[in-house]
Amino acid sequence: MSDPVIDIRGLVTKFGTNVVHQDIDLAVPRGEVLALVGGSGSGKTTLLRQVIGLLRPDAGSIRLFGQPLFSGDALADRQLRRRFGVLFQHGALFSALNVLENIAFPLRELRWLDRDAISDLVMVKLAMVELEPRHAWLMPAELSGGMVKRVALARALSLEPELLLLDEPTAGLDPDRSAAFVELIRGLREQLGLTVVLVTHDLDTLAALATRVAVLGDQRILAFGPLDHVMNVDHPFIRSFFCAERMQRVFARGRS
Amino acid sequence: MGVPTVSLDLSGARPAVSLRGDWTLSGLEGRLDALRAEMSAPGVCSTAHWDLVQVDRMDTLGATVLWRVWGDRLPEGLIAGARTRRMLDTVAVLGARSRSGQPHRSWLEPVAAIGRTSISFVRQAISLLAMVGQIALDLGHALRRPQDAPLREVSANLFKTGVTALPITALLGFLIGIVLSYLSALQLKIFGADVFIINILGIGIVRELGPMLVAVLVAGRSGSAMTAQLGVMRVTEEIDALVTMGVPRSLRLVLPKVVALLCAMPLLVLWTSAAALFGGMVAASFQLDIGYGFFLDTLPRVVPIANLYIGLTKGVAFGLVIALVACHFGLAVLPNTESLSANTTKSVVSAITCVILVDAAFAIATRQIGMPGG
Repeated sequence: MSDPVIDIRGLVTKFGTNVVHQDIDLAVPRGEVLALVGGSGSGKTTLLRQVIGLLRPDAGSIRLFGQPLFSGDALADRQLRRRFGVLFQHGALFSALNVLENIAFPLRELRWLDRDAISDLVMVKLAMVELEPRHAWLMPAELSGGMVKRVALARALSLEPELLLLDEPTAGLDPDRSAAFVELIRGLREQLGLTVVLVTHDLDTLAALATRVAVLGDQRILAFGPLDHVMNVDHPFIRSFFCAERMQRVFARGRS
Repeated sequence: MGVPTVSLDLSGARPAVSLRGDWTLSGLEGRLDALRAEMSAPGVCSTAHWDLVQVDRMDTLGATVLWRVWGDRLPEGLIAGARTRRMLDTVAVLGARSRSGQPHRSWLEPVAAIGRTSISFVRQAISLLAMVGQIALDLGHALRRPQDAPLREVSANLFKTGVTALPITALLGFLIGIVLSYLSALQLKIFGADVFIINILGIGIVRELGPMLVAVLVAGRSGSAMTAQLGVMRVTEEIDALVTMGVPRSLRLVLPKVVALLCAMPLLVLWTSAAALFGGMVAASFQLDIGYGFFLDTLPRVVPIANLYIGLTKGVAFGLVIALVACHFGLAVLPNTESLSANTTKSVVSAITCVILVDAAFAIATRQIGMPGG
C-alpha cells in the first residue's frame, strides 16, 4: 500500500477563542472515497479548505501525496496544487468566461499546450460529464444548477487530477439530478482511478459514493471507517444523523 | 515516472510503432511537439502496427494526441492494455476534427452590431423614460400617503452623497480656484486689467465650473456607488426579496437616491463654488495684490445674482440626471461579474456625458441671462 494521498496530523483550528478542531489525525488512502460528515459548524468545510490550502491550520500538518502544502518553494507548491481538483459548492465558474473558456482556463495556464489540443481536451471533458458540445458556448449565467455543477466538475478534472475534493456536490440539485450526478462521479472515479473527498449532508450521496466515512464533531473525529462500522458507533450525533429509519429508507431505495 | 517515448521498427512488412512511458499531462510537458512529429513521420501513420502495451499510464491528453495522429480513428491491429484502451474509447467521442463547433460569424456581423447598438440605445432611452414616469408616480404616492415616504432612506442617501462628499469637493474646488486664478492673472497682468480677475472667477466658477466640477465628482463617486449597490442587490436577489415583501423597489430604492441627490447637488454646488472662489481669492491676493475685502466687495457688483441661480438650477438638473442614469444601469445588471463591471462603467460614462449635454442645453437656453452689462 502506498502512502496516503491526504495525511493530516495533529491539526488544530481556532477562530478567536472558538476551537473548531482539536488534534485531528486523518489519513485518506489512495483510491478511497471519503465522506466528511458532521453537524453544521463542526468544521467540515473548514477542514476541506485547509486541505486545499485556502486556510492554514493553527497547528499540525497536512501533507498531500506525501508533500507539505506550503513548502516555501513556489514552483513545487504550484505543481502540487495541479494534482488535485476542487468542485466548489456553487460551482465557482468564472462568470465572465463561457463554458469552453472555463474548462480550458487551467489548461491555458499551463502555457505549453496548443489551442487544438486544448479544445480537444475540453470536448472530451464535456463528454465525460455528459454535456453536449453545443453547451461549450454558453455563459455560466445561462446554465441550470445541474449543468453548473457538471461544468465545474469538468473544470476540476481538466488537469487530470489524482485527487478530487467535492464540497456538497449534490446540494441544490433535485433528487433525480442529484442521483445522476452521484452516478457520474462514481463512473469517473472508476474510469480515472481518482481518490475523492466529499463533504455532504445528503445520506443518499453518502451511501452511494463513500467507501469511508469520517464523522466530525466535538472538535475531533468521532468515527472513521466504512459506513456500516461508523453507523454503529455510539454517540448522540451519529445516532441522530444516521437515525435508523432514515438510513433504512436510503438502503431500501438503493436496493430497489 | 516513465518518460514517454516512441520507438519505430521499419524492418517488417508493416512498420511497427511501440510507445512506452507516461502519456499524461505531466509526462508530455515539453515533449508533445517532438513526439507528435516523430509519430506523424511519413510511412508511420495509420498503416503501422501500434503497440501500446508498455504504456504505463495514459490520460485524456495522451489519448487525444494519439487520436489526432491516427486521423480520428483507432488503427487496425492496435495492441493496448485494458486501461489504455478504455481511455482511447473515451476520447473516441471526439470524432473527426470539426472546426464547426463555434457558431459561425456572418460577414454582416458589423452591420448587425450597429443595429443591435441602436436598438439597445432606444431601449435604454425608453426604460429611462419609464423610470422617470415611475418616479413621478412614486412621488405622488409618497405625498398622498406620507407614512409610506422613505424618509430614512432619503436621509441616509443625503448623508452618503452629500455630507461625506464635503471634504473632497472643497479641496478640489479650492485647488481649481487657485489654478484658474493663477493662469488668468498671468494674462490679465499683460493687459493691466488686473481687476477683471474677479469677473472671470465669479462668472466662470459660479455659473459653469462649480456645477460641472461637482457633477463629475458626484457621478464618479456616488453614481458608481449607486449602480454597484443596486447591481449587487440584483445579483444576490435582494431586490427580488424586497419586491416579494410588497415593498416597491422604485419607491424604496430609486426614489430616495433621486430625491437625495436632487437636494444634495445644489448644496454641494454652493459649497464647492465658495471653496473655488476662496482659492481664487487667495491666489489673486498673492499674484495681483487684490485684497480680500476688495474682492468680496466687488464680486456681487460684477457678477449678477442670476448666475448663482443658474448654477444652482444646473446642480439640481445634474443631480437628477446622475441619479437616474445610475439607478437605470444598476437595475440593468445581470447576475454575473462582467455585467456588473460593464454597467458601472456605462453608468459613470453616460452620467458624465448626459451632464455635459444638459450643460450645453443650459448654456444655450440661458445665453441672455446674467451677463454683466448685457
